Amino acid sequence: MSVALDEIDRALLGGGHGEAARFAMSLLQRFAEAVEAPGFIDARSAHIDGCLYHGQVSLDFVEHLVRLGGRVRVPTTLNVGSVDLIHPELFRGDPALGSAGARLMVAHEEMGCVPTYTCAPYQTLFRPGLGWQVAWAESNAIVFANSVLGARTNRYGDFVDLCCAVTGRVPYYGLHLTENRRATVVVEVTGVPPEWDDAGPVCVAVGHVIGRRCGERIPAIVGLPAATTEDDLKALGATAASAGSVAMFHAVGLTPEAATLEDALQGGVPEEVIRLDAEELRDIVRRLSTVPDGTRLAAVSLGTPHFSIAEFARLVPLLDGPRPAVDIYVNTARGVLAELEARGWDAVLREAGVTLVVDTCTYVTAIMRDLSGAVMTNSGKMAYYAPGNLNIEVAFGSLADCVASARAGRVVRR
Amino acid sequence: MSAISAVTLVPGTAAGAVFVLVEPLSFWGGLDAATGAIIDRWHPQCGEVLTGKVLLMERGRGSSSGSSVLAEAIRAGTGPAAILLLTRDAIVTLGALVANELYGTACPVAMVAAADWPALAAAGRLAVEAGAEGATIGVA
Repeated sequence: MSVALDEIDRALLGGGHGEAARFAMSLLQRFAEAVEAPGFIDARSAHIDGCLYHGQVSLDFVEHLVRLGGRVRVPTTLNVGSVDLIHPELFRGDPALGSAGARLMVAHEEMGCVPTYTCAPYQTLFRPGLGWQVAWAESNAIVFANSVLGARTNRYGDFVDLCCAVTGRVPYYGLHLTENRRATVVVEVTGVPPEWDDAGPVCVAVGHVIGRRCGERIPAIVGLPAATTEDDLKALGATAASAGSVAMFHAVGLTPEAATLEDALQGGVPEEVIRLDAEELRDIVRRLSTVPDGTRLAAVSLGTPHFSIAEFARLVPLLDGPRPAVDIYVNTARGVLAELEARGWDAVLREAGVTLVVDTCTYVTAIMRDLSGAVMTNSGKMAYYAPGNLNIEVAFGSLADCVASARAGRVVRR
Repeated sequence: MSAISAVTLVPGTAAGAVFVLVEPLSFWGGLDAATGAIIDRWHPQCGEVLTGKVLLMERGRGSSSGSSVLAEAIRAGTGPAAILLLTRDAIVTLGALVANELYGTACPVAMVAAADWPALAAAGRLAVEAGAEGATIGVA
């Protein structure tokens, strides 16, 4: 099947916008053939995941584009890299790897990408609007853009993301089209454990179920707590995209394309209904921990995806009290760090024993000082990946449980 | 087995021993680009080495970072010689394509018909010739 080309696509392929754009467009054309996209449309923004170092090829690809004079043609944000460029001393891995990782990040900046270095670009100034056609990479960012903002992207990733940014074009298929954004599974939350005082664990549990049971299908969730925040939906999407291949969900009454269940289903009939009661939610959350309560902790890690200002506003008052017995790491965006500094919260956090990590994340790179015990987190994504990526035991709990456990030096539940 | 035609996803010419993946493999977290070995602990063929093989995989799986890992393996010379798929896969296509563009190292990728799969899987060695007009696969 051949891919239809607009005038701009032909100009890009013909080298009219430079050699880098020609190279990127030719790769995009092969990509479009592989996914059977009929053509291309303009992208309003791009988010790049290729700034995380996966080997020499990561650097060779970007340096090739830099050498050809590549510049991004649309506003382009960057996901986390391998090192914290603002606090490089935090890096504890192989120095050669660290410098290659840092060069990869800077090479992206040379092409005009904005050095956001965050997996939560949707909580920066570069937040897309409803109906925007975008080319985004990074599984949690993709889910958030589609679900919570109603922007439109497929699950783009390494190489393609940058090709879209350099050409300003994105293949027009899948979730770019309204009819493919219809929910086909309904997830009904019929009860919530009364002892859970925030919606965080509910959303993580629901996200986990969606990841395991929906495959690439889009679920419509009914019955999330009224107090569910944007950050809870962020956690839901991130967990779903870790445990499975979910690129989008609807939360009825909470997300923009799901004012009603009928809207989410686009008038169709669901092929499956999954019901979750309080006991099932408890059970899912229990199984996210690989160690029992009471286990000695080496550290607490928060902010996977990156912590927002609203999340810091919840954390800061919880830290008021005795200093934690173990390290607390919080991953966040450098933009949020600037806001913390403006509010004077960074000093409060450091005083309370918190290490702020920007530009990267504790689950993809060697940052945590002590891994001799379990690590506790309120992140469903961290809980999913850390045992494999870092070869550590994890305990999952609410934000308040994490802080209480940091003080106790072992896993405690309030 | 007579020559089989297939759809070219990434052009190139290669030959090697057949290796059939019994389950889809995510290259990210599943393939060690330094050694070419399968490292996904949950994969039934964990520990086997894909280097130089004509890899038969029904479909791709997993993280889009798999493109980088495949391209890195091809760069390092530990990757498969060629890949035959039953369904189009963007992650695999892109990984092989980028390695081809950057290093001139061909790891042809072709999509074959389901009816031809059993004969291909049963072959000992295969030669893949994937050109712009289409691919041909024969016993090597």
